Amino acid sequence: MATVASATTNETVAPEPGALRRVGHTIAHVMSTPLGAIGVILVVLIVGMAILAPYVVPYNPTAINVKARLADPSLAHLLGTDQLGRDLLSRVIVGTRTAMTVALTSLSVAIALALPLGMIAGYGPRWLDGLLILVFDSISSLPMIMLGLAIVVLLGPGVSTVILVIVLYSVPSYARLVRAQTLSLKTRDFIKAEQAMNAGTPRILFRHLLPNVIGPLLILACLDISTVITLEAGLSFLGLGVKPQIPSWGNILSDGFAVIRNSAVPVVAGGVPLILATIGFTFFGEALRDALDPKLNPERKP
Amino acid sequence: MITFLLRRTALAFVILLIVAILLFSMMHMIPGDPTVVALGPRSTPEMREAFRELMGLDRPVLEQLAAFLGRLAHGDLGQDVWSRRPVLTMILEVLPYTVMLAFASFIWAVAFGILLGCVAVVHHGKWGDWLIGLVSIAFVAVPSFVVALYSLLVFAVWLNWLPAIGAGEPGDIGAQARSLILPSFAVGLGWVGYVSRLVRAAMIEAMGEDYVRTLRSYGVPETRIIYAYALKQALLAILSVIAVGFGGLLTGSVFAEIVFTRPGLGKMTYDAVMSRNFPLVMGTVLFTSGLYVICMILADAVTAWLDPRVRSGL
Amino acid sequence: MSAPVLEIHNVSVSYGGVVPAVVGVDLTVGPGEIVGIIGESGSGKSTLAHSILGLLPKAARVRGDRFVLAGNTILDADRTTLSVLRGPSAAMIFQNPMAAFSPIHTLGKQLVDLLWRDRDQTVATKRERIIAALKQVGIPDPMGKLDAYPFQLSGGMLQRVAIAAALLMRPALLVADEPTTALDVTMEAQILHLMRSLRKTAGVSILIISHHLGVIAEICDRVAVMYAGQIVEEGAVETIFSDPRHPYTQALFACEPALIPTGVGRLPVIAGEVPRPGGTGCDFAGRCRFTEERCLTLSPPWVSASADPRHHARCHRSKP
Repeated sequence: MATVASATTNETVAPEPGALRRVGHTIAHVMSTPLGAIGVILVVLIVGMAILAPYVVPYNPTAINVKARLADPSLAHLLGTDQLGRDLLSRVIVGTRTAMTVALTSLSVAIALALPLGMIAGYGPRWLDGLLILVFDSISSLPMIMLGLAIVVLLGPGVSTVILVIVLYSVPSYARLVRAQTLSLKTRDFIKAEQAMNAGTPRILFRHLLPNVIGPLLILACLDISTVITLEAGLSFLGLGVKPQIPSWGNILSDGFAVIRNSAVPVVAGGVPLILATIGFTFFGEALRDALDPKLNPERKP
Repeated sequence: MITFLLRRTALAFVILLIVAILLFSMMHMIPGDPTVVALGPRSTPEMREAFRELMGLDRPVLEQLAAFLGRLAHGDLGQDVWSRRPVLTMILEVLPYTVMLAFASFIWAVAFGILLGCVAVVHHGKWGDWLIGLVSIAFVAVPSFVVALYSLLVFAVWLNWLPAIGAGEPGDIGAQARSLILPSFAVGLGWVGYVSRLVRAAMIEAMGEDYVRTLRSYGVPETRIIYAYALKQALLAILSVIAVGFGGLLTGSVFAEIVFTRPGLGKMTYDAVMSRNFPLVMGTVLFTSGLYVICMILADAVTAWLDPRVRSGL
Repeated sequence: MSAPVLEIHNVSVSYGGVVPAVVGVDLTVGPGEIVGIIGESGSGKSTLAHSILGLLPKAARVRGDRFVLAGNTILDADRTTLSVLRGPSAAMIFQNPMAAFSPIHTLGKQLVDLLWRDRDQTVATKRERIIAALKQVGIPDPMGKLDAYPFQLSGGMLQRVAIAAALLMRPALLVADEPTTALDVTMEAQILHLMRSLRKTAGVSILIISHHLGVIAEICDRVAVMYAGQIVEEGAVETIFSDPRHPYTQALFACEPALIPTGVGRLPVIAGEVPRPGGTGCDFAGRCRFTEERCLTLSPPWVSASADPRHHARCHRSKP
């Protein structure tokens, strides 16, 4: 995949020509399995709902109307209302947007942090590598929820806390992947050629290593979307996530839990989209990983 | 093997040390008065004074750190701000409930997961394999607290077959067992899927080994090869993964304890977070990390012991 | 003359019906004979050996006129029939003895499992049989070996265990696929010596596959040379070694390091690669130094190659 850098080394190791075509092939491959097909359909549904939310939402999801509390599903309110009289359908729809926004933001931040950290660990001096690895291992030795709880108790609940928890949880494993990739690429010819020509370290890192390590990282992040959604919903369910007014599937579930003996609708309304989203993204991620696995697809170059 | 274990234990200590330092420093890294940071804006001046005394916040930071670490070394995880009871005592009171839940979840999840994985391998390539695969991934994907909520809804609220709250009175084994069913189902379901995929992958790899060819060349029946040979190799391979997961189960029970209102480590931590009871939170987080690390070491030790190649190098 | 242990007439093996591995092979192994198959990687010799025991993957297709093992026909037999034959009719030993046994089970357990067919015998009886067999192949402390794990034995010792296990089945035919390739020279000599003696002590016929001329010379009565899925020359070992007729066989001998006089500057090689079987004309044309016009278009005939009636070669240049 990598060709030796040209004499002027003004070219980066570009992705192969026809990258768009390869993406198309990959998607087709993913859709050809039942796993992938279900995943893609669900993902498209969820992302679509998130994008279209402001346009399709029937009511203001935060509009409190205590007179209409816990109304049964009807034509006016397709999913009924919660105990504050807010329309459940609207809350569910906007909840999709919340989930996707949090996921996107936190994963982007995590990637942005993991890339330099991983590359430094892989490319830099051994002592720095050892230190970073130790820090990564320490953070990952804390189970996610515990880490979350510890941070929340210090910073208080809120969207930024959730994002921080997700970032802290994801960065060690992402950085480790980047580091592994960097280590294996470090000894490849094209890097050595650069070093032989006295290219500066930042240049090597950014123009040559970066394009090659970002691919697997993106795939890992893709697989993680489901976990991130779960984490956000979980923290919101515990009341430690987004503020109660902001609709989140976790909030809906926790409100529903409080009235579970009166009405099952809120719990079902909050849970079903969460289930669909987690299953959808997980199926999609697994199918994607299978499609890109060189062992399963000999015609793909690793 | 002894040296290997010693090295792992030493590494574990270092990791725990770093975690402790991280938690300690989090308190100080956030701008503002550490007591307010820890106890929240609604804390009373008395509480803050007590906390200040407890943590020795008037002294230089490094001295505090040393004192803190010193207390840790003696097993003193601090004191609860409200009741002044030692955190460690409070943890040990509720720990049995969490351990029971983790154990029950572990047993049913691993047993069922291995079964599903074996069935998938026997039907390898056919629709049964494919279906089990889909279902397994779905089990892993769905969040455990949703499973908990829905099983509560169906079995406790609608059908009223099983209790919705509590862990049963001590001494009443029947009630305790019944109250374990739904929570352990919820916690374990994700694990069923995970274990089944692991077992399947490991067994497929085992079936590709050369010795399987030898066995086949003597006409040994396929089922015997799968269950007596491939399964053992697969279990060895995944044992360390599963055992590490036990540590994860311990802490993943947080949601189950909250949804089913069971006493336990998770619920206690959650309540502590809600009441801004920082020493309790820090104590439980540290304790949990320690448990997690111990599980990892035990897992490595058991795997090394079971593999005859490593054991004889003792 | 009693019935041959193995009879193969015009048998071809292909994968998925498309990729040919063995093309139109004829081979016979008589009782008490030791026959060798020699060829380089990709010649199809391993596929042929595996097909005898029915160990080919599901995608393989075996076709032919006749394929009979100890009186049982293998063509079109389903997997159950084939698995019944394994053991009593033929047993196989493989190239890598270290990988032939499960590393996490004791040898005793595995060997007892191999005797699964004798359901009426107790484990104790089976263990005794195994100990006797291990003694027969010259393994010291056989009882101790039963409780040992494979990694505790050397490669040569493990290969002996494999041979002992094969003999326990009292097979009519022992198929050995590169049995000594993974062993060093001293072990190789011992194993070959052992196999040669089996003919008398166990009354078993042996089909041995190798790419090494020395191994063939050591113990075989007859040898067949395989190239690109076909047998290109066959005959008694003495005849082939003294008067090879097919250009490929001649080239093999020319390249054998043991036969090359010292002081030669460069080791000879056979230029080119083994082609996929099934092209027009002779598969060796193009690498053969005697290539003629007809070699490229006409499949060469299988003709008698010398005064010895058992000596045949597949070449246009052989005298009919």
